[in-house]
Amino acid sequence: MSAFVEPARMAGHSGMAKGEVLLRVDNVSLSFGGVKAITNISFDIVKGEVRAIIGPNGAGKTSMLNVINGFYHPQEGTIAWRGKVRRKMKPYEAASNGIARTFQNVALFKGMTTLDNIMTGRGLKMKKNFLWQCLHWGPALTEENEHRRKVEEIIDFLEIQAIRKTPVGRLPYGLQKRVELARALAMEPELLLLDEPMAGMNLEEKEDMSRFILDVNQQFGTTIALIEHDMGVVMDLSDRVVVLDYGRKIADGPPDEVQASQDVIDAYLGVPHEH
Amino acid sequence: MAGSPVVERLDEDTFPKILLHNAKVFADRPAMREKDLGIWQAWSWSEVLEEIRTFAIGLQDIGFTVGDRIAIVGSNRPRLYWTMVAAQSLGGVPVPLYSDSVAEEMAFVLEHAEVRFACVEDQEQVDKLLSMSEDLPRLEHIIYDDPRGLRDYDHTRLHSFEEMQAVGCKALDAEPARDQAWLERIANGKGDDISVMLYTSGTTGRPKGVMLSFDNLVISGRNGNAFDKLDEHEETLAYLPMAWIGDHVFSLAQAYTAGYCVNCPESLETVLSDRREIAPTYFFAPPRVFEGLLTHIMVRMEDAGKLKKKMFDVFMGVAKRVGEHILNGENVDLKDRLAYRLGEILVYGPLKNQMGFTRLKVGYTAGEAIGPEIFRFYRSLGLNLKQLYGQTEASVYITMQPDGEIFGDTVGKPATQVELKIAENGEVLYRSPGVFVGYYKNDEATKSTKTEDGWVLTGDAGFIADNGHLKIIDRAKDVGKLTSGALFAPKYVENKLKFFPDVKEVVAFGDGRDFCGVFVNIDLTAVGSWAERNNVNYASYQELAQHPQVYDMIEKHVDQVNRDLAGEPMMAGAQIKRFLVLHKELEADDGELTRTQKVRRSFIAERYAPLIEALYDGSTSKHVKTEVTYEDGRKGALEATVEIRDMTIHPASGRNIQEAAE
Repeated sequence: MSAFVEPARMAGHSGMAKGEVLLRVDNVSLSFGGVKAITNISFDIVKGEVRAIIGPNGAGKTSMLNVINGFYHPQEGTIAWRGKVRRKMKPYEAASNGIARTFQNVALFKGMTTLDNIMTGRGLKMKKNFLWQCLHWGPALTEENEHRRKVEEIIDFLEIQAIRKTPVGRLPYGLQKRVELARALAMEPELLLLDEPMAGMNLEEKEDMSRFILDVNQQFGTTIALIEHDMGVVMDLSDRVVVLDYGRKIADGPPDEVQASQDVIDAYLGVPHEH
Repeated sequence: MAGSPVVERLDEDTFPKILLHNAKVFADRPAMREKDLGIWQAWSWSEVLEEIRTFAIGLQDIGFTVGDRIAIVGSNRPRLYWTMVAAQSLGGVPVPLYSDSVAEEMAFVLEHAEVRFACVEDQEQVDKLLSMSEDLPRLEHIIYDDPRGLRDYDHTRLHSFEEMQAVGCKALDAEPARDQAWLERIANGKGDDISVMLYTSGTTGRPKGVMLSFDNLVISGRNGNAFDKLDEHEETLAYLPMAWIGDHVFSLAQAYTAGYCVNCPESLETVLSDRREIAPTYFFAPPRVFEGLLTHIMVRMEDAGKLKKKMFDVFMGVAKRVGEHILNGENVDLKDRLAYRLGEILVYGPLKNQMGFTRLKVGYTAGEAIGPEIFRFYRSLGLNLKQLYGQTEASVYITMQPDGEIFGDTVGKPATQVELKIAENGEVLYRSPGVFVGYYKNDEATKSTKTEDGWVLTGDAGFIADNGHLKIIDRAKDVGKLTSGALFAPKYVENKLKFFPDVKEVVAFGDGRDFCGVFVNIDLTAVGSWAERNNVNYASYQELAQHPQVYDMIEKHVDQVNRDLAGEPMMAGAQIKRFLVLHKELEADDGELTRTQKVRRSFIAERYAPLIEALYDGSTSKHVKTEVTYEDGRKGALEATVEIRDMTIHPASGRNIQEAAE
């Protein structure tokens, strides 16, 4: 119960100190034919922070996430990951570089159990070749046991022991979201991208999920970038917020500053929250 | 202490002494298991001794001394059990608390018990304690088991369990004399020292701290073990609240005195699968658990294939006919015995495996009445399920059902060394070696509960049936009269209705009124499954509860209850004349149930006063608005128009059941 994944032990990590710039997006533009999804956006994500990306529907938030994890390639601008400018890369390269994500609409293997789903998150970390895996013996078995242990730690962390052997398709939505987070965590990412982690959840599930996101951030030292529409959640969780509107950045800064900005109120928030 | 000891008084009269003894005698036998990261981890008795020794020394280092009290808050974790015995080994008293109680409830107990130390499970409980630290000037140190999320907390008065043990280890290495002093301190412990303080949740008023001595618990534990022939080979599952006397006796007192192994499940949600893996030999559960399990099985069987369903029905028929007779060792003819054997292979065995009862030697249920159908179902499968009647003040055991003398509607004969009598007003009194020392800092309550010569008033009304078994009808103070003068025992009526799987909770009213009226809560699992099969659409509990077809179904059940009541001369007057189905589930969070899930009738009467009024003024529907509290403390409101139905009253039939002791 007390066995945690120590940040130092986590593979594929840069060993960057808290506060250093982990990822920098410079003047990035992305368009699909004539549609400009993202126009000339720059911002950075600092190691160890919770960074929120908000904005109205169609503002380009998910596109931004897809740019970060290498699924889309921007026509203009540069992306620097751990201080090095990177160009074209495949999503799996991003994954093995320490970027993991969850999806807006749950993308799990419905027929597989929770445990198996999370195990798939370890796929990139399994080093033994296909033949060994087939034998399921000797080094391959040892390796699998190690991965299973890591997965069990994550199951314990997210408190999903009771659904360990349940096929994911039978789980309620809130739990599926949690399993998806577990699978992303299984990759031991340095940067975790969460696309609307609380969408469609009830109040209690939201609170649980917020707790888990903060725990992941604090316990594992994972940097988190999240897209979320629930402003209460965004304000409580994030250290800095970037606001997009029609593919352009309209604000960037600490939550209360962003919340007070007139541009943001006009474009997205409407009247300010009364406290 | 009342009663003359029958079980010989052994030298080991405190739990720390028994621990030292067990570590020698049962050195390598498992004492405790916990499922962690999906794997069962075990500690032998000698390992448990080491864990407790190092922790106790560490505890001593932060100032824990004779007479100190340590609060224990959390779900069943080995370390929390060890903390109890470690505190006892230093001459202190553990005070386990209900971990789901809200901050104010907890603050009251912590303040009342003058707690200086607390050992808690995790961050949630640490936060809870820290949030009320202003009201608790006495609370100095908090020790936690699970360090998750606590890394950045101020650790001046916060300690991890591991850190305490490390300190203890170092101290033992540096000064071996500390160990000697510790052992001496244990040897000096006496049987009449206070062993534990358990706060009763109480349906009314402030919780009271029941002080139990080592003698109370050790003798009761040994008697319990002897009664059911329990020894070091038993396996139990610790999953009920640690603050409850039942868990304290089953998972600590009896486990230590018998030397058996206590298994802690991975989490509360995994109890079902953990039980299946462990297959306990000795198991306790409140009737709710057995009811829930049976409902679950029946619902699943509805979805089973035709062949399986047929097989299940046929062999359950056989079990119903002869199962209990076989279990009681009575004469059953060969054909039925063979059919039962075949059923064991095809149906009962796999079913018991599913429920985790494959190795069950004896199972108990208590706390509330259990439905005769439910009780018989388990017994017919060959499971030795029995009832007992107990109280915190008695160290559990008052009456128990001896093997072969199991009756569904009575709670058994006086347990070993227990004397029983019925007072003039029908209240049950007992005297035993398990009788508590007193309520902490509450002499008044002690005096009104315990007489000079050691008899304790249970507060329950009952009588001794013809077969010598005790039958409980209700709380003595709840038994009332209708204006017609007929006896009205609300619990008796409620239980009859609650035995239907569709009904989860019932609240009956009638004392000082013209007739008996009830509120019904439907069981969402059972009724939900019925709705699914009958194409009844619903979006919420409220909508399902208000559905006319659901009302029809409940009406049938109420009518059946009235027919039953008509057959009992004493109770015939208390037939249900009007009923309604509540628009919301009764919740402990709203204060409608106690933390042990018992109905708080007077509170409900106040909260739903408009509905009660409607129940008695003859109206057929009523619009109500009810405030609800969500788990995070936020409030919301539910609005509904609740229908009220009239029932026909059956004439009392002559069938004479039992005379009450009035």
